Amino acid sequence: MPKITFTDRNNGDLIVDAVSGESVMQAAMLGGVSGIVAECGGSMMCATCHVYVHDDWIGRTGERNEIEEEMLESTAEPAQPNSRLSCQITMSDELDGLIVETPRSQL
Amino acid sequence: MSEPLDCPVTDIDPFSDDFLENPFPRLAELRGSGDAFYFREYGVWGVARHDLVDAVLRDHETFSNAAGVGYSNLLKETPWRAPSIILEADPPLHSTTRGVFTRILSPRALRDLRDRFAAEAEALVDSLVQRETFDVVADLAQAYVLKVFPDSLGLPAENRENLLTYGGVTFDSLGPRNARFDEAMDRAARIRPWVEATCARGALTPGGFGAQIYEAADTGTVSDEQAGMLVRSFLTAGVDTTVSALGFAIRRFIEHPDQWAMLRADPTLVRSAFDEVVRIDSPVIGFFRTTTTEARIGSVTVPADAKVMVFFAGANRDPARWDDPDRFDITRRTAGHTGFGAGIHGCAGQMVARAEAEALLTALVHRVGSWEPAGPSTPALNNTLRALASLPVRVHTDDVDRAPVGAARP
Ligand code: FES
Repeated sequence: MPKITFTDRNNGDLIVDAVSGESVMQAAMLGGVSGIVAECGGSMMCATCHVYVHDDWIGRTGERNEIEEEMLESTAEPAQPNSRLSCQITMSDELDGLIVETPRSQL
Repeated sequence: MSEPLDCPVTDIDPFSDDFLENPFPRLAELRGSGDAFYFREYGVWGVARHDLVDAVLRDHETFSNAAGVGYSNLLKETPWRAPSIILEADPPLHSTTRGVFTRILSPRALRDLRDRFAAEAEALVDSLVQRETFDVVADLAQAYVLKVFPDSLGLPAENRENLLTYGGVTFDSLGPRNARFDEAMDRAARIRPWVEATCARGALTPGGFGAQIYEAADTGTVSDEQAGMLVRSFLTAGVDTTVSALGFAIRRFIEHPDQWAMLRADPTLVRSAFDEVVRIDSPVIGFFRTTTTEARIGSVTVPADAKVMVFFAGANRDPARWDDPDRFDITRRTAGHTGFGAGIHGCAGQMVARAEAEALLTALVHRVGSWEPAGPSTPALNNTLRALASLPVRVHTDDVDRAPVGAARP
């Protein structure tokens, strides 16, 4: 099972088990990560699953798609070059050890 | 079709009055019967456990929408209206049309609408609170949604009640050819000219969602004809579903005064409260998918070209996924509920619905101290959609002064 570390400036790190094929957002929801709201359940409508991907991983999590790009303009905390919607990152064994940071606010 | 050997065969009728009025006991039975089941009378499969419903919804290649989300197979039968090019379409067509919706309904776009939603909600609730007794369905939910949603879309002010007729017709038409279906077809014939005229470019006021869809046509993203069809999808999807959820929300609060008190003490809970209503009351009971190839649902094999009824309402009360699933709890973490569907066909308007509900519940929280039923509620039976036909109430403002008005107001 690939693992994901969610770092949170206020609450510290939380390591969550993911299943290959599910999204980082889904793993966060099942793992009780409080820094992700994911109101739309992965439909790319809400931008409340925003994460910052750690520099070591940014090249391996795939490219943002066009609509994701636009949704990132609507996030509560400003998006950065390493910002992604976690519902659009699919977990795989290659991403075992992935580190993402959750923003201070999602709403 | 011969009956499958590897799954339970059931005589439960998911389109009977009894089931439609309260599907939850039967859905519990179906969940308990197996990973998937076969409806003998209709020759279709069904799935109601949360993990499998979610898996089916996310596998859009195997479980396709192009044959329609209702009982009949739109690739084999001539439907009463052209299929929706967003809901009843697979990629790549779906990706293009979905992209148009996602842009128009982005969180940023909705931010601009929130103030208007709030002002309309406050004005309406002020007048209803003065009246004291009113019908939650007609006077609150329908009145509010028929004001703010068509305004956002850019529809003229006249004849908006036609939207309710049209929504009801569309959701009834997703069922098999039963009495409700036939009756819906009669209404469909009467309403068709109005729908066509309303979706035309010239009928829409500038600045609304509708006009923005036609702007997408101007840039070549979709054709003019497709733009009209997308406006139609707004008309279908955005009214009855939201009215239904708002009606159920108030019924929940009448039945659970403790939850209303909790909401008044902390109005920031309106967001999770609304999603909890959508989870527990699931306005859309379920939609169909059609297998593109032989497929597995848990331990069950479903042949190619088979219709599978995917019960959102079943997944939302699955005790394997939710603690005490029949308990209404506005603080519950509801992420993962399937009340808006899931996967690429997850409801595109769900953030509009949330914004509408947030504005209305917030206005109510600041003005209504407590709810009292003023008569029994009556259900509105529909082949796909759960809703109330009426819900008479009396509202009390007496203890409103004790609510933290202003303090928590956004
Ligand atoms: S969960 Fe809503 S955009 Fe990712």
